[in-house]
Amino acid sequence: MNNTILWYTTRGAGTVSLVLLSTVVVLGVLSSLRFESSSWPRFLTTGLHRNVALTTLVFLALHIVTAVVDPFTHLGWLAALVPFSSYYRTFWLGLGVIAFELLIAISVTSLARGLIGHSAWRAIHWLTYASWPVAVLHGFGTGTDTWSAWMLAIDLVCILAVAVAVSARLIARPPDPLAADRARFRERVTRKVTR
Amino acid sequence: MTTLGLLAGPPYSAGPESYRDHVARLGARPAGNRALIDTLDRSGLVGRGGASFPVGIKWKSVQSRSRGDAVVIANGAEGEPLSRKDQTLMALRPHLVIDGALLAADAVRANRILLYVGEAHASSLAAMSRALAERPAADVRRLVLLPAPASYVAGEATAAVHFVNAGIATPTATPPRPYESGVDGKPTLVQNVESLAHAALIARNGDGWFRSLGRNEAAGTVLLTVSGAVAKPGVVEVPCGSTIDEVLALAGGVRGTARAVLLGGYFGGWISARQAGTILLDPKALPAAGGSLGCGIVSVLDEAADPLEVSARIMQHLANESAAQCGPCFFGLKSLSTATSRLAARRPDDGDLPHLHRWTAMVKGRGACRHPDGAVAFLQSALKVFESEFAAASGTRGRKAS
Amino acid sequence: MRELEMWIDRTKCDGHRLCAELFPERIELDDWGYPIIAPGPIPKALLPHAQRAVDSCPVLALALRRVEQKKPVKP
Repeated sequence: MNNTILWYTTRGAGTVSLVLLSTVVVLGVLSSLRFESSSWPRFLTTGLHRNVALTTLVFLALHIVTAVVDPFTHLGWLAALVPFSSYYRTFWLGLGVIAFELLIAISVTSLARGLIGHSAWRAIHWLTYASWPVAVLHGFGTGTDTWSAWMLAIDLVCILAVAVAVSARLIARPPDPLAADRARFRERVTRKVTR
Repeated sequence: MTTLGLLAGPPYSAGPESYRDHVARLGARPAGNRALIDTLDRSGLVGRGGASFPVGIKWKSVQSRSRGDAVVIANGAEGEPLSRKDQTLMALRPHLVIDGALLAADAVRANRILLYVGEAHASSLAAMSRALAERPAADVRRLVLLPAPASYVAGEATAAVHFVNAGIATPTATPPRPYESGVDGKPTLVQNVESLAHAALIARNGDGWFRSLGRNEAAGTVLLTVSGAVAKPGVVEVPCGSTIDEVLALAGGVRGTARAVLLGGYFGGWISARQAGTILLDPKALPAAGGSLGCGIVSVLDEAADPLEVSARIMQHLANESAAQCGPCFFGLKSLSTATSRLAARRPDDGDLPHLHRWTAMVKGRGACRHPDGAVAFLQSALKVFESEFAAASGTRGRKAS
Repeated sequence: MRELEMWIDRTKCDGHRLCAELFPERIELDDWGYPIIAPGPIPKALLPHAQRAVDSCPVLALALRRVEQKKPVKP
């Protein structure tokens, strides 16, 4: 296998993964905001969110496998699975491993949502807000193309998109109209019960 | 007032009957076993918590699932604002209630009993607490007094179970029902305290005795809270099958002229004064005639009072007491309540009255518990009995439609 | 032959409305945005849509259950 092809694939797949992951985060925020319009139903947001997330994992796998298999990088499988165990750019690569493992946890729990229940699923899903910035930092730190114009442009668009989405989430009224009253009532009828 | 039944014995003024007096008057507690369940079946005793479900069948459904680990919850939460009968019973005859709970535990093979008593009802809490202290250790070993949060739905069966399990008195979705899986997942009997007290007497005196107390083919006695436009509001015990007129006479008669009677409380419904003259207060037979004795409230509405205003106030209370877990209940009752209030103020929006009909049909059966159903049934009874008032209020020129 | 009907845990439903989008044959929305589920067994041809609706619920409020002959489960 031509070394350059592996090397370019690693970088290309990494970039695509970042774009897709950013899309997934934006779609996730849109879902929690219950975004919909006459031409964009709710199930489109959630369906895309799920499918783009799975596609992200495919490109992520490509990114990782080509990086490990490439003789030029001298990375073993261990480096891809254990954070901060590589010789090459130890810290920044380690971040990538962490982001990857968070995404695995999030994906597995999402696929097994019926088994683990909604609360457990929700608790782990919050980790997405950790995995995305870690992935971005990994890209900045290990990326060969970080300072090229097109890569900076891609980074900027991704960061802006996620920033806008998250800001919208922060300033929006809670999308669940029952949330406040339900919490208030619960408080009213909660007591310490010695069993 | 009455010499038979639950309130026989010392008068109201004597306060809670002590354990010693209770045993002296009624004898020791008999055995609780399968035979008792059969006796209860034959007695015709139905639950006094509002649903009027046959007590024998209920105990059997827990007993058949129990492996000696069932749980009994004696439900004395009494969240219905107009009802006083459970508080009064516990304040005067706490040992009857405790006897009933112990008998139930023996019969359904339970190893835990929770006395779920409304936290706001100070005298009944005090009486039950003192009664527990008077009891022999063998009785008290499995008994726990558990104050129930003061809210309307805290007395709902799944809410009681949820409260014991997690400390939060909100209803939960069914299935499973408490008799299948309740406290700690065990079969759980949730029974109203009055029902348990009747069982305690039936265990001593037999099903024939209980049946003989009733009138007009009804069985047993029932506690009623009489309120509204009567001379002496309060709790009375009457034979099942009595007429409303007989009950109102016990309460000193009507003050003024009766326009309608609220039967069963907020969870019940209105009947017209004319209709009130014809029905018999039999908790078992009334549902077949389209009515319900509910938790035994008989509240008289005077001709001078405004039925829309009273109905609107009740709807508002029911809407405020929604646990806000289920959208159709919370928003449905809120919409129904505000529309009813506007009609009561004679300043309706166009479409308020048609909306009442639309939304009652839309809300019914779509909550996790029966709270919205009760509210809807109440409002539908108001729409029927006070049809002309509603029509007149709706025709009033008021604010423009929003 | 096993007949299935849709069951909803009303305490979990937060009105996300995905079910009504995906299974309009049996689910419509009330005036406040919460699902009204037509009672009764679901025809075999519609079962895939029913399953999709169940899977789409973000809070897992829906389930397909065997129809109980004696005690109907309220939607």
